[in-house]
Amino acid sequence: MSQDTLFDKVWELHKVANLPGGSDQIFIGLHLIHEVTSPQAFGALKDKNLKVKFPNRTVATVDHIVPTDNQSRPFKDNLAEQMIHTLEKNCLEHKIKFFNIGSGKQGIVHVVAPELGLTQPGMTIACGDSHTSTHGAFGSIAFGIGTSQVRDVLASQTIAMNKLKVRQIWCENKLSNGIYAKDLVLHIINRLGVKAGVGYAYEFAGPAISALSMEERMTICNMSIEGGARCGYINPDEKTFSYIKDKLCSPQNKNWDKATQWWESLRSNENSIYDDVVKIDASKVEPTVTWGITPGQSIGINQKIPSLKEIHPNDKFIAGEAYDYMGFKPGQPIKDTPIDVCFIGSCTNGRISDLRVAAKVLGNHKIAKNIRAFVVPGSERVAKEAKEEGLDKIFLNAGFQWREPGCSMCLAMNSDKLIGNQVSASSSNRNFKGRQGSPSGRTLLMSPAMVAAAAIKGKVSDVRDFLNK
Amino acid sequence: MNDKFNPPVGRFSKINGKCISLLGDDIDTDRIIPARFLKCVNFDSLGKSVFDDDRKALQGKHPFDLESNKGASILIVNSNFGCGSSREHAPQALMRWGIKAIIGESFADIFYSNCIAIGIPCFTLSKNSIKIIQKYIDNKDLILKIDLLKSNASSKDLNFHLEIKETSRQMFLSGEWDTTSKLIENVDLIENKLNDLPYIKFNPKF
Repeated sequence: MSQDTLFDKVWELHKVANLPGGSDQIFIGLHLIHEVTSPQAFGALKDKNLKVKFPNRTVATVDHIVPTDNQSRPFKDNLAEQMIHTLEKNCLEHKIKFFNIGSGKQGIVHVVAPELGLTQPGMTIACGDSHTSTHGAFGSIAFGIGTSQVRDVLASQTIAMNKLKVRQIWCENKLSNGIYAKDLVLHIINRLGVKAGVGYAYEFAGPAISALSMEERMTICNMSIEGGARCGYINPDEKTFSYIKDKLCSPQNKNWDKATQWWESLRSNENSIYDDVVKIDASKVEPTVTWGITPGQSIGINQKIPSLKEIHPNDKFIAGEAYDYMGFKPGQPIKDTPIDVCFIGSCTNGRISDLRVAAKVLGNHKIAKNIRAFVVPGSERVAKEAKEEGLDKIFLNAGFQWREPGCSMCLAMNSDKLIGNQVSASSSNRNFKGRQGSPSGRTLLMSPAMVAAAAIKGKVSDVRDFLNK
Repeated sequence: MNDKFNPPVGRFSKINGKCISLLGDDIDTDRIIPARFLKCVNFDSLGKSVFDDDRKALQGKHPFDLESNKGASILIVNSNFGCGSSREHAPQALMRWGIKAIIGESFADIFYSNCIAIGIPCFTLSKNSIKIIQKYIDNKDLILKIDLLKSNASSKDLNFHLEIKETSRQMFLSGEWDTTSKLIENVDLIENKLNDLPYIKFNPKF
C-alpha cells in the first residue's frame, strides 16, 4: 500500500469518514459541471427534495454540445439548445457560478478551470467527465465521475470511493526536439496498455516530466484515463506556482505565501512507498501516431503497423478488430497514410501552446488539397490570446477553418463530424470506433504539431521534417 | 428490450436470468452508447440505442439483436469493459435494455462505479471461466442464478465463485447502494471538513 505520496496526503486530508463496507467518504474541494452529465443529477436532487449543499464549490461551463460555427441562440440543434437551457436554469436555481458563451470565460471545462486559477495543488476535483484527470497536472487529485456521483457531490460535496493504488511512472532523460507531451503519453499508454491503470492513480515524475510546461503536463495527466487510470498527477513545483499566480481565482497577497508554503508540503516524500514503479526512457520516444481503435494502439512515425505475431496474446482480439475497422494491414507503414480531416483542439491539446506549436509548423505553408482542417480553441480565453498573437491568421492563411471554443470533433456531439470512413489526424484523446461522429470514421491520434504536418502534406508525416528546415 | 422499465430498488441478494455474451476486450462507452445519444436531459429513451453503431454494422447479427438473446439480463463480457468516457448513459442504456448484472474479466473504474451507483452488480471471473461461459452460450441458453450472499453463480451444468468488491457486495445486501442519503447523514463531519481544509481559507472569495 502506498505511503507518503501526494496522493496519500491529499486523500487523507479529504477523508470525511470510513463508510461501511470499506470505502471512504471523500470531500470534493472543487466540483466542475457541464451540460451533458449534470441534468439528470439535478433531476435526481429534485426527486429527493434536496438542495445543493455548497453551491459556491461548484462551477459550470458549457462545452460538449456547443456549435463551433454559429453560436447564436437558440442553437439550430433543438436538443443542444434544450441542454444549454437546462444548465442555465439549474445554475440559476441553485446559485451556481456559470461561465456561459460570451462571458470570456467559457470553454472546455478542463481548459477553463486551470486558466482561471480554480485548479490548485492539494485539492480534490471531480467532474462528470473522464478527462478530469487533467487537473492532476497541478498536484490535485482529480477524477471523472458518473451522473449519480455528480448528484452525490451536489447534495453532500462528498462521494463514496475506494482508495486507489499509486503507480509512479518515472520518465528519465528528455524528449528530443519535435517530440511533445502527447507523444510521451501515447508512448506510455502503449507500453503499459489501456487497462494497466485500472485501480491506480498515476504519479508522473522524473526529469522528462519536470522539464514540461504546465500545459504539456495537462496533456499528460489528461490521458491518464486512456491508460485506465482514473486519476493522474504531477507533484507541484515552481512552474506550477508561477502558472497559478495572479490568475482570477488564485490566492492573493498574504494568502499566496500561505498557499505556496502549504503546496510545497504536499509533494510526495523522497522515501514515499508506491504500489508500483515503472521507468520510461523519454529520449527513446518518437513522434507517435495511433493506428487502431484504442489509444494504446500506437507506433512511432517510422514504424510499421504490428502484425498479430508481434502483439501480446491479451491484445490480439482488439488488434484484429482494429485491422478490420481501420482497413490497415499489418506491416503497413503509418507514414504517408492519406488523411481527409485535420482537427486541432480538445481538452488534451486545445490550449494556447498547442496552437502556437501548430502555427509554427504551418508557417507560410498551405494545407493539401481536399483536406478539411479546423482549429477549435479550448476556451474563449485561448481564442482571444491566439487572435492577439495573430495565430488565427496563420491558420486561416494555411486553409484551416478557425472556430469558436468547445469540445467539437473530439466527440462530435455538435455538427463537426467525420463523414463515412474518412481518416482524421486529430489532436484529441480517443480513437474509438465512431468517436468522431461517423460510425465508420477513422481517427489517428497525434500531437498538434503532427496534425499540422499532416495537413500540409495531406498524409501522415514526420513533423521534424518541417522543424529542421 | 423490456417495454416497461422498473429500476432496481432496495436490498437484493439474488439475480436469476438468461445470459447474453458479448465477445471483445476494451469495449468502450462510446460503443455502448454513441455520443449523439447523450443529447438528452433524462435517461429514459436510451435502452433502444445501446450499441447502436455496432448493431447497425452487424445488420441484425449483433448479440443485442439476436432473437435467442431476447429477455437476457446477465451480460457476459471480456476485459476492460466500459473503458473511456464517464458517461453514466452507458450503464443506463444497458439497464434499460434489460441488463441486471454483468460478469466479466475486468471493468474500467468509472464504468464500474456507475454500474454500482445505479444497481447493476459487476462481477469478475478469470479469463478461462469467462471463456467456458461464452462457449457454453454459443451452443445453448444459459440461465444463471447469482447469489450475492455466497458470491457465486450457478446453473444446472456450471458453478463459479464470483469476485466482487466487498464494498459493493455489502451495498446491495444492505440496500444502501443509493449513496446520497448515506453521505448526507454525515453532515456535521462534512461541514467540519470544509472548515478544516487549508485552501478554503486561501481562497475566501472562491
